[in-house]
Amino acid sequence: MDLIADHISHRFGALDVLDDVSFTLGAGEVVAIVGPSGCGKSTLLSILGGLLQPSAGAARLRGAPLADSLNPLTFVFQDFALLPWCTVEANVEFPLLHTRLSIGERRAVVDDALRRTGLSEFRTTYPKQLSGGMRQRVGIARALAVKPAILLMDEPLSALDSQTRELLMEDFIGLLADGAMGAVYVTHNLEEAIRLADRIVVLSRRPGRVREVVAVPVKRSERGDVSARGQLLALQNDLWSLIRKQAIDAEREVQHA
Amino acid sequence: MLERAKPAEPRQPEAKADARPVRFRGAGFVPSADRQGDWIAGWIALLAVLALWQLAGSAGLVNPLFLPTPLSIGRAIYQLAASGALWHHLSYSLMRIGVGWVLGTVAGIAVGFAIGLFTVARSVGITFISALFPIPKIALLPLLILWLGIGEEPKIATIALGVFFSTAISVYGGVDAVPRNLIRMAQSFNAPFSTIARGVIWPGALPSILAGFRITASVALLLVVSAEMIGAEYGIGAFVLQAGNLMQTDQLLAGVVILSLFGLAVGKLISLLEARLLHWR
Repeated sequence: MDLIADHISHRFGALDVLDDVSFTLGAGEVVAIVGPSGCGKSTLLSILGGLLQPSAGAARLRGAPLADSLNPLTFVFQDFALLPWCTVEANVEFPLLHTRLSIGERRAVVDDALRRTGLSEFRTTYPKQLSGGMRQRVGIARALAVKPAILLMDEPLSALDSQTRELLMEDFIGLLADGAMGAVYVTHNLEEAIRLADRIVVLSRRPGRVREVVAVPVKRSERGDVSARGQLLALQNDLWSLIRKQAIDAEREVQHA
Repeated sequence: MLERAKPAEPRQPEAKADARPVRFRGAGFVPSADRQGDWIAGWIALLAVLALWQLAGSAGLVNPLFLPTPLSIGRAIYQLAASGALWHHLSYSLMRIGVGWVLGTVAGIAVGFAIGLFTVARSVGITFISALFPIPKIALLPLLILWLGIGEEPKIATIALGVFFSTAISVYGGVDAVPRNLIRMAQSFNAPFSTIARGVIWPGALPSILAGFRITASVALLLVVSAEMIGAEYGIGAFVLQAGNLMQTDQLLAGVVILSLFGLAVGKLISLLEARLLHWR
């Protein structure tokens, strides 16, 4: 299934946030969206996921998801968005409650999602008892439970410490490796974008426009190789030089706001 | 092979003679009701006040007509309980509070949720609540007697009205306080309205609703006593008023103590409810 950003523009009141953003996410592809603070990355993701209506343009889907997908476009949130009154198990089960699945089927799906994310022994734990990394794992398990075609990830690692980020990045790489799921990955972190994405959409500062779409020239499976490091580092530097000036301007703008 | 720095020589213990400890500056500003000692201190303070009061009364320093001693108040409570009068009055008050509180709470929750969830209900509801909430509900009792007669109904309606407004306000405040990201999360999974209301809004608003219960329990107690003082033959309020008219201050204060104990019991009940329903906090 393809996800298409079709000339999307958006404004909040008098504030132009996005301006004519277009790109296509192919089936099983991972696209990262990067850009200076306040350029509308998260707004774009909300529009792509149907949580926000754009002022102009549209988010479109082409093709059908897998038959057993319960929620083709599924978010993984920056702040985890876990229900604090529910156990890990109940949080993962929450998106299944209104589906056609029987109780037995729901249990099997939850068990599988918990097993894939290494949470089986934490099923009766409450979110407040978990570390940030484990909470995000619950968010990922919840997303996996509905068998998404495309994951919409809004800075899923930004609230975590660097070691936890690294561990979860490895999880993401593993989850997306077989190409069964595509992903739109919004991030400030160029290194994360390069490690995970097939293509990187660089947005300008507000109002966000597509400045460039950069293909990562190394296969995802080969990015851990020592031989690829130089190439990836060069790409990271190129991206940074593309963004740096606007990031400084955006930072000053935010401070003066 | 990488050259590594040699491990540092073990440090000699520093001379402590000329060193002074850093002064601790972090005490205070964190009251705690959990420590056993603090809890005991509260009871000791209460007992000390009662003992002083008793001593002052026994020594003749206070006229018992104006302020009877704790022992005579205790005796009055015992006599009331033994004669059955206490239960008689208390049962009337409890019935009025119970029915009025339940009616007001059910209506308040329904209206509070509607205001919290629907734009039209919010516009209309908040206007009416803002206009009617400040009215002392006891002032409506004569009107309610006119409408509903002189039986139990106007007293119950007064309590229900007082409870209704506070409940509605705490419920829609609670609904407003439910984190928006949780609602967006549920919407992103295509959860229907009923699932979001039941699984996200209700539990999210529950802390505020239970805090509201604490307030409405006090409101109900206040209103039942006021209503019973104005127009009732039986009930703790009527009993207190009657005792006051007859200058039976020990009986009067016995009624006040019973009201206080009732308030404490309700507060404890709500605390238990919070511990059970909000254990996830």
